[in-house]
Amino acid sequence: MGGALLTLFLVSLAVFSISLLMGGDAAEAILGQSATPEALAGLRASMNLNAPPYLRYLEWAGGLLRGHLGTSLITGLPIAEMILPRLASSLQLAGLTALVSVPFALTLGIIAAVKRGSFLDRAISMATIGIVSVPEFLIATIAVLIFAVTLHWLPALSSSRDIFSVTDLIRVFAMPVMTLSCVVVAQMIRMTRAAVCDALDSSYVEAARLKGVSPARLVLGHALPNAIGPIANAIALSLSILLGGVIVIEVIFNYPGIARLMVDAVSTRDLPLIQTVAMIFSATYLMLVTVADIVAILANPRLRHR
Amino acid sequence: MTTSIPITPAPRKGVRPRFSLVLGAVIVGFWLVVAVLGPMVAPHSPGQVVDLDVFSPMSSAFPLGSDYLGRDVLSRMLVAARYTVFIALIATLIAAACGIFCGLVAASGGWPDAVLSKVFDTVNAIPSLMFGLVVIASLGASTTVLIGTLALVFTPGAFRTARALALNVTALDFVTVARARGERLPYIVVREILPNVLGPLAADFGLRFVFVTLLLSGLSFLGLGVQPPIADLGALVRENIAGLGFGSSAVLVPAFAIASLTIGMNLLIDAVSARRAGGGR
Repeated sequence: MGGALLTLFLVSLAVFSISLLMGGDAAEAILGQSATPEALAGLRASMNLNAPPYLRYLEWAGGLLRGHLGTSLITGLPIAEMILPRLASSLQLAGLTALVSVPFALTLGIIAAVKRGSFLDRAISMATIGIVSVPEFLIATIAVLIFAVTLHWLPALSSSRDIFSVTDLIRVFAMPVMTLSCVVVAQMIRMTRAAVCDALDSSYVEAARLKGVSPARLVLGHALPNAIGPIANAIALSLSILLGGVIVIEVIFNYPGIARLMVDAVSTRDLPLIQTVAMIFSATYLMLVTVADIVAILANPRLRHR
Repeated sequence: MTTSIPITPAPRKGVRPRFSLVLGAVIVGFWLVVAVLGPMVAPHSPGQVVDLDVFSPMSSAFPLGSDYLGRDVLSRMLVAARYTVFIALIATLIAAACGIFCGLVAASGGWPDAVLSKVFDTVNAIPSLMFGLVVIASLGASTTVLIGTLALVFTPGAFRTARALALNVTALDFVTVARARGERLPYIVVREILPNVLGPLAADFGLRFVFVTLLLSGLSFLGLGVQPPIADLGALVRENIAGLGFGSSAVLVPAFAIASLTIGMNLLIDAVSARRAGGGR
């Protein structure tokens, strides 16, 4: 816990100091071409840009902690107002993806580990290597090509606004969720398989097998509980990949999520907005990792006394 | 820390590893040759509009068709492949060099270990694409910034692997013997530890090259990577995305080119690490 908070603090330092590297400052960015030296000086004073960096950092970080996210340079709107609806729709997408991909990946990973060396195992491992090495946008474009262009089953663009029924929900989310799942699932299957294989190779599983325990109980009752720690880690890591993958997916499907807001902010160099979104993503990542650590400790009493 | 990397079961001996070794080597070798020689054999100038039609299909005049402005896709591909391969290669080399150096330093323990581990944990806690976006938003998207960002994003991974591997080896008897002989630290690191971790480090290098290529292509696809007038494979996909609707080769060929490069590299790594005493990922 303490470690994660320290890391979050260091991340905020890093994100803030990168913005110091930017040539010019926020005042120049706002005024653009029409900047006169007087206007620049005035704006700098009103935005407190003349203060030394550490004071500005304290102000920025303190604001984040109290929920004051600042205002966007480009639109002038409060950042919190811009982010909230976008964050909600991104979470919707990520949540649905996790709901689909986690059970799917765990099942396939466990099956591959149990049937180690079989044709099925090899097929799964070939498929995961293939998917891991392919860029997200290739999977997405192929999906659009097949389902939207050729078959006309699904719309090529997704918007959560025109959802009136379950069918609408499926139609809108099918392709983004499918593509994102592909990205996430491969890594998760590989790591689950490795964890379960490790557990199956251990001497207590060997002993249980010699005792005559049925294969199903061997896997579910003996091997799996001991693989929960690594599997929780695999899930956390994969979901953090989801955070990155979501950026490309939202752009391709024109999905109004937070990642697209981020990409737009980068092209307009709207730094306050970028910093806030980066902090949200990093905090989410750290939270996932911490939860995975806690699950691992709960699942393995030996870790409690380290 | 003895088994930090999961060991897969006994390698499947026989045709498959050798087949994927050859296939992987051929694909990766092909792209290296294209990256070095490609621009010299390009039939047209990559920026020149040579076709009156746009998104025309493959023909004898234009083997890979033409793009959204009527430029020759083959010529653009040959030049773009050079950017993708070289930018990814340079970034991976920098990341691996920094990561291995810091990893070996950290493996000798003490406060450098604590500091380095914390620093790299921090960099790792920012999702890689997000990190790239923040840096590029601040510094602008030049090729130098791009290489630096990619290298920085993937140094922590290289660091972690190098550190874990070195720690495993440090615990072995021959290192203790070398220490007892009174060898100096640089000698122990260079002559005793490094040769024993070179194989896994090479596999890690390949894997990191794959990640770098994917991130670079992703950034370029978002329009935040390599900037016009030059284009890498990801940028080619982006500028021709309008052709997707009718399956134009201008968008499909670069997309599949990236995939073939990364899959080839993965096959190569898997085959090489399967050969090495059954270890692998």
